[in-house]
Amino acid sequence: MTEEIIIAGFGGQGVLSMGKILAYSGVMQNKEVSWMPSYGPEMRGGTANVTVIISDERISSPILNAYDTAIILNQQSMDKFENTVKPGGLLIYDPNGITRHPERKDINIYSIEAAEMAGKLGLLKVFNMIVLGGFLKLKPIIGMEYIHKGLEKSLPARHHGMIPENEKAIETGKGLINAIQLLN
Amino acid sequence: MKELKLMKGNEAFAEAAIRAGADGYFGYPITPQSEVMEYLMAEKTHERTGMITLQAESEVAAINMVYGGASCGKKVLTSSSSPGISLKQEGISYIAGSELPCVILNVVRGGPGLGTIQPSQSDYFQATKGGGHGDYRMIVLAPSSVQEMADFAGLGFELAFKYRNPVMVLSDGAIGQMMEKVELDAQKPRLTEEEIIKNTPWATTGKTKDRERNIITSLDLESSKMERHNILLQEKYAKIEEAEVRYEKIGCEDADYAFIAFGTSARICQKAIELAAEQGIKVGLMRPITLFPFPKKAVAQMTEKVKGILVVEMNAGQMIEDVQLATQGRVKVEHFGRMGGIIPSPIEVVEALKQKIIGG
Repeated sequence: MTEEIIIAGFGGQGVLSMGKILAYSGVMQNKEVSWMPSYGPEMRGGTANVTVIISDERISSPILNAYDTAIILNQQSMDKFENTVKPGGLLIYDPNGITRHPERKDINIYSIEAAEMAGKLGLLKVFNMIVLGGFLKLKPIIGMEYIHKGLEKSLPARHHGMIPENEKAIETGKGLINAIQLLN
Repeated sequence: MKELKLMKGNEAFAEAAIRAGADGYFGYPITPQSEVMEYLMAEKTHERTGMITLQAESEVAAINMVYGGASCGKKVLTSSSSPGISLKQEGISYIAGSELPCVILNVVRGGPGLGTIQPSQSDYFQATKGGGHGDYRMIVLAPSSVQEMADFAGLGFELAFKYRNPVMVLSDGAIGQMMEKVELDAQKPRLTEEEIIKNTPWATTGKTKDRERNIITSLDLESSKMERHNILLQEKYAKIEEAEVRYEKIGCEDADYAFIAFGTSARICQKAIELAAEQGIKVGLMRPITLFPFPKKAVAQMTEKVKGILVVEMNAGQMIEDVQLATQGRVKVEHFGRMGGIIPSPIEVVEALKQKIIGG
């Protein structure tokens, strides 16, 4: 199993930390992982993105042209990454703030109204975990017990009190993911 | 007992330096390596092991603090990125001339000048051919994973003290910034003053009545003595070339072609090998781990096996000169590179192989 994922959105949406929690959970489940962020001027006021690879084998390049899954959280990222999903791959996006919806016909497309739900529940801080839940519903490559361990490792000890809230958000996300286009 | 963590390359290097029993770190912040000092500061190394972490007033000050610490037989290190490493060159030359051990991390960014903060490999010449003045060499280690960022902190100190020579870990912005799984060695204790006196009898640890004073200098105005010193240095470098070559070969056994690449480029090439295999092209990878000493013999031997070699670097063509020297024109050798902070994509690399080596 190798899953090559791009997560992209605005800086501050928790894109990098979502990737880190996913990668650390992979480490806990004894997978090979890599987490390659965009850094520097690209991130300031613009888009932040991170490539996460989770695999049973040694990972070759941490930098990729094409992804099994793209998780897209703003319009710029849609413009940049829609065409990088491998044919037959998966695109998950939050329609909040999206003006041009995905147009590819050769990939599976799901939406997740995570921003809206996070606002309703007053869970703005764990918006990214709602999105992660949606991804894990479709691709359960990491067990929830390892996600728990990944949260413990990723969050500083002073924030461990927030782990139940994070896990609740993941469960919420699992119920929120909505198929837009499915290939046969 | 090894410990498993998910860390950035910069953090892994810093943590491994603490665990290697380092006595002091002296640095000055610059992207993309600032996490090294940030991590050491956050770890409160002075409380954890007694290791000093100091932000100097400049890169020049930092390298001269390393010079001073190393003169006393201490395990000292510094880190920076390309423009900062340029500022340190005078100090590095003095350290090499004075035959002192230290570890210098360069998390390379695109140049020349202030350049960009994105990853590059355009400091290969500077690291392997000099950079500072005079006939000197550094041992240059090129990590291509976060694990190797950690491993080469310890290995760096080992080699530095074995040969009384500066060791450069030549990384790049991608390896520094990415996170991977890393297994960390157990904490080694820092050496006591008594152990330092015993292990490094040349160090300026305070003269005792039973020995001559130790002098650390790179200066000798008498040319015959200076030439003698240079000959001894060259003999040491020859020993290093004999004993310390390190490289890795991946999928070279039945390959028709080969990539030669180090660091991040080597990782890109591994993906390119997978993509090429899907197109029925058999290509392997030879990855120099030590850039000095360069694996000349291993590269020369490849000319008997493959029809062509593509050297892939994030620069305009630097390591390719060493590959050409080693292969002596016996097979076709071409270069593919991106510059200015652009990381080549695996698809581009496969296309370059097809155009420049297979089709060309």
